[in-house]
Amino acid sequence: MSEQHIKLPEGSIEKTTTTLNLGPTHPATHGVMQNILELDGERIVSTEQTVGYIHRAFEKIAERRPLYQITPLTDRLNYCSSPINNMGWHLTCEKLLGVKTPKRVDYLRIIIMELARISDHLICNSIVGVDSGAYTGFLYVMQYRELIYEVYEEICGSRLTTNIGRIGGFERNFNDIAFQKIQKFLDEYPAVLKEFERLFNRNRIFMERTIGVGPISAERAMNYGFTGPNLRAAGVDYDIRIHTPYSSYEDFEFDIPVGSTGDCYDRFLVRNQEMWQSLRIIEQAFRKVQEFKGAEAEIYHADVPEYYLPPKQDVYTKMEALIWHFKIIMGEIDMPPGEVYNSVEGGNGELGFYLVSDGGRSPYRLHFRRPCFIYYQAYEELVKGSMLSDAIIVMSSLNLIAGEMDA
Amino acid sequence: MLDVRCWMFAVVTAIQPEAGEAKGLTLEKLHYSRCPTNLKMLSNDHIKQKLVEKFNEQVTAFEEPYGMLTFEAPKEINLKVLNFLYDDEELKFRFLTDLCAVHFPDLKGKELAVVYHLHNLQDNVRIRFKVFTGVDKPDVYTATGLFSSANWMERETYDFFGINFVGHPNLKRILNVDEMDYFPLRKQYPLEDQSRVDKDDEMFGRGGSDGFGTEKTDHGTLVEAEKHNDDENII
Repeated sequence: MSEQHIKLPEGSIEKTTTTLNLGPTHPATHGVMQNILELDGERIVSTEQTVGYIHRAFEKIAERRPLYQITPLTDRLNYCSSPINNMGWHLTCEKLLGVKTPKRVDYLRIIIMELARISDHLICNSIVGVDSGAYTGFLYVMQYRELIYEVYEEICGSRLTTNIGRIGGFERNFNDIAFQKIQKFLDEYPAVLKEFERLFNRNRIFMERTIGVGPISAERAMNYGFTGPNLRAAGVDYDIRIHTPYSSYEDFEFDIPVGSTGDCYDRFLVRNQEMWQSLRIIEQAFRKVQEFKGAEAEIYHADVPEYYLPPKQDVYTKMEALIWHFKIIMGEIDMPPGEVYNSVEGGNGELGFYLVSDGGRSPYRLHFRRPCFIYYQAYEELVKGSMLSDAIIVMSSLNLIAGEMDA
Repeated sequence: MLDVRCWMFAVVTAIQPEAGEAKGLTLEKLHYSRCPTNLKMLSNDHIKQKLVEKFNEQVTAFEEPYGMLTFEAPKEINLKVLNFLYDDEELKFRFLTDLCAVHFPDLKGKELAVVYHLHNLQDNVRIRFKVFTGVDKPDVYTATGLFSSANWMERETYDFFGINFVGHPNLKRILNVDEMDYFPLRKQYPLEDQSRVDKDDEMFGRGGSDGFGTEKTDHGTLVEAEKHNDDENII
């Protein structure tokens, strides 16, 4: 056969390496992202990452939306811990608008944020287990993530993309069932986490698969803009909850776990340890919330009628509430001009919001600092020279969320 | 070694000594049980003074919106400023938190601003540094030599604003498709279909029907002039 029907790229016959497409829709990538791996046998020679498959132009959309309509956009960044994104956005708005929140609101927020952190780390760590061949841990802990989602449901009505809270506080007070569910979680979860750690931490197979896989030095990690558990696993004790406390984190006592080698095993252990610390914080916050008595125990939002929508029954019966409702909905309230950067410790790193306001009703420019977009660049350096199966485990241990990466 | 590592995590409260010293890091040992309020040793005034000493009149527009020191410099010296901030023994801004751009169509000759957010992790101080460039020739030197993290952030900025980062190793689109022939976050590309009057800028507290978004574009939006022409034809 002299004529070639399939046109091969130039030089592909002589090539001694294999090109392998990992993704964009592959069960092991846990999200829509593509990795073009160049393999020599099973060794990775180079990688090229392609992102942007679910880019939804949030930054552009946000330029035509009032502040409270941007919250649902932040849900869809890191959807494993969307309450943290929501709170981060509200805190940014509050910083711009100069809103002071009452202590009880701060503590309630901390409960929700730490629950979200647990659910985020739980997913990530159990997925690392799945990718190393241990499915049990994943199935076992999912029912306890369900408990967290039930708490969200009591508070805001939804589970995954929560749109929880408003500028100044929450849309409604936590009801008794919510507190009961948090209490139930606090009672049951430690035993589960212990069991989860027993499944993995000293598991021979798991240790062989993760120790020394995808390591990064502290210096390189900082140069690559790592934040969150991934940076701490490399040995840098940077946590925004400590460095720039927001939402009254300074009232709480907790430790920051720090690793040393920055490999998959360290990342796993740091996340596990952070879950214990989150439990500690929730317990403290829960106690503090119970201490409020009388009228103080009913406070669930700051008194900012300019930005906080009044309850519907008041809108129909009270003049003042009707006026504020009208002003907020019709956009007669402008933001003060200025620029503000605010960041929170998200599930996988520093989630920052850079908001430029020109005095209009919607942001002039809004930029999300998405942690995993920034640290995913280091992927090539992490996996170069290791085996194909390690590539998968490194990817899941970095806690990459496609929704956040592509914004 | 393996046996030790598992237990280490139960009690670690600060940076591991070998991780810090061996790699030349200088993060101090911090106690985490309470908030390190005395951490902030580098004041904004001091940073400003050092910058002015080094660059004289070239660094301008010092501001402190919401406590973060913000300043500008000409785009030609952006790397010099970044290098100085990185290398100086006192300043040590060695963490690039964020890099993005903002489009100001009304500032003639400096329409595009590249905004760097830098962080000194040791003293826990953040600063914001801006360089402005004209939209006709949006060339800015790349910071990838200094920060590996700048690579994708600059690609993203190029993707959305068309800023040409001179010296970037791989400057191509990252989130949008390669075939795209415009830079979507610039203000002349309106988000909504402009024939819809209910989505007018007036509803969003600025402009009106002759503000942003009404300029003629190649991408099928209706401009005011065309609307009037249609009316005349009907009459």
